[in-house]
Amino acid sequence: MNRFLQRWAVFAGLVVVWELLTWYADDPFFPRPTEIAVAAQGLWFSGPAGDLFLTDTVFDHVFPSVGRLFGGWAIAAVIGISLGVALGRSPAAAEYVGPLLTFMRSIPPPLLVPVFMLVFSVGTTMQLATIVFGVLWPILLNSIDGARSVDATKFETSAVFRIPKPQWILGVVLPSAAPKIFAGLRVSLSLSLVLMVVSELVGTDNGIGSQLLVAQREFDFPDMWAGIILLGALGYALNTVLLAFERKALAWQPKQERTPATVEEKAV
Amino acid sequence: MTAMLEVADLGHTYQAKDGAHTAIADLSFTVGTGELVCVVGPSGCGKSTLLRTISGLIRPTRGEISLHGNEVRGVPDDLAVVFQDYSRSLFPWLTVQKNVEFPLRRSLGRAARRTRAAEALEWVGLAEAGRKYPWQLSGGMQQRVAIARALAYRPALLLMDEPFASVDAQTRFELEDLLLKVRTEQDTTVLVVTHDIDESVYLGDRILVLSTSPASVVADLKVDLPAQRDQITTRESEAFVALRGEVARLLNVGKTSEEVRARRKANEQQAAKWAEAERAEASRAEAEERAGTT
Repeated sequence: MNRFLQRWAVFAGLVVVWELLTWYADDPFFPRPTEIAVAAQGLWFSGPAGDLFLTDTVFDHVFPSVGRLFGGWAIAAVIGISLGVALGRSPAAAEYVGPLLTFMRSIPPPLLVPVFMLVFSVGTTMQLATIVFGVLWPILLNSIDGARSVDATKFETSAVFRIPKPQWILGVVLPSAAPKIFAGLRVSLSLSLVLMVVSELVGTDNGIGSQLLVAQREFDFPDMWAGIILLGALGYALNTVLLAFERKALAWQPKQERTPATVEEKAV
Repeated sequence: MTAMLEVADLGHTYQAKDGAHTAIADLSFTVGTGELVCVVGPSGCGKSTLLRTISGLIRPTRGEISLHGNEVRGVPDDLAVVFQDYSRSLFPWLTVQKNVEFPLRRSLGRAARRTRAAEALEWVGLAEAGRKYPWQLSGGMQQRVAIARALAYRPALLLMDEPFASVDAQTRFELEDLLLKVRTEQDTTVLVVTHDIDESVYLGDRILVLSTSPASVVADLKVDLPAQRDQITTRESEAFVALRGEVARLLNVGKTSEEVRARRKANEQQAAKWAEAERAEASRAEAEERAGTT
């Protein structure tokens, strides 16, 4: 309880300050937090009891958005980890595609939205493509780095015991690379949130991003702010869940090695 | 006594852009079934190359190696290695029990693996530690896990690469006695590579003394000590002292003439330079091997 208070005291304090400031300023662009809360309640939590009080907006916009976020992230994870492990264990292949990867990851993903709109036409596919292309890199590069860093003794141990290839990849390379892969997954998850919103800003009227834009265009500022706060809460929740999962998956790590692993992207 | 391992006219030369390096010149020896042979040599003399050729990780440029009569091409099916660096050779994400079971997954079902691993852990006195993770154990215990893993594999030949070089002196004595105990109980054929003269005399039935690089066998000494050895009385015995003196003389230990020192230094520099080439060759050979089998 004490720790909980400690963690949230500053947050709560700032909300109070914000409330007082906005009350004092009385500016329509900056509604009070209480107003935002009321707007949020009206937007999302005033539905029928049968739907757990969730409104249609939640079902029509929030869930699809979150679905695309997870979908894009999951596709990127599968591609990134499998490709990364393959490249990480093959120095020659990594050498060949290194410059290509560095080039591609340098392209700001939002710029590709128009390209993907042409290629995939407007809709879920284009949005998924945007997310996948944007969040693939941290996962891929971390996986390459992790797979590459399996130490020579583990390699020789596996060779001497004639560990079959699938067991070697799944039982030695993947666990060795896991801490780095998880670091990549976390960076990518927060990026997914950004790209989900970005991909919903053009050519669609579906999703949290588009709803935010609509609210802003209609000068419905409490609704707009509510959307922003929803995104923040979503990001926080996703990170917390992934972190809990990571702790569980990497529970084997010696305590002193358990870092708040945020390995930055490394160049190939 | 039949020969488990036969090494005949073995030679290995590493090729690189800026020259060639002969790590092993001309090595021939045999290890009989059930024997414990220690290979002792100065650092950088090609011991690790020898170990890698026997374990099939690299193919020697000359000569032949055969294990129970079969020529070694690629890693043999029934050979296990205990490496010096236990903290790296064990898998930290697996429990002790799972570590021992890991190499058995290829050939045994779940229940059989479990009993074999438990049995091997009991041999090394770690029956209670199966559910712990390696890093929760002391260094000496971790090396015991590595030994258990090798024994559970039921190898025809157990290779040990400086197995006790990374533990403190007290633990080293314990592990030496443990090795002697299990190898008698399990009737294992063992080849121990070490740079520790006392250890080679204490452990071995025979000692192969290697020259400086390129390695060749300088002497093949029989250890005339009773099979039952004791860290205190054996080490005090005349036979022990005489033998360790002989090995030390063969290795030029303690001679600090300018010439010897210079040669030793050059040798070590060479070794450092070619350590990389060695590893690279080992992983290349391994990759080819895998490509061939899958």
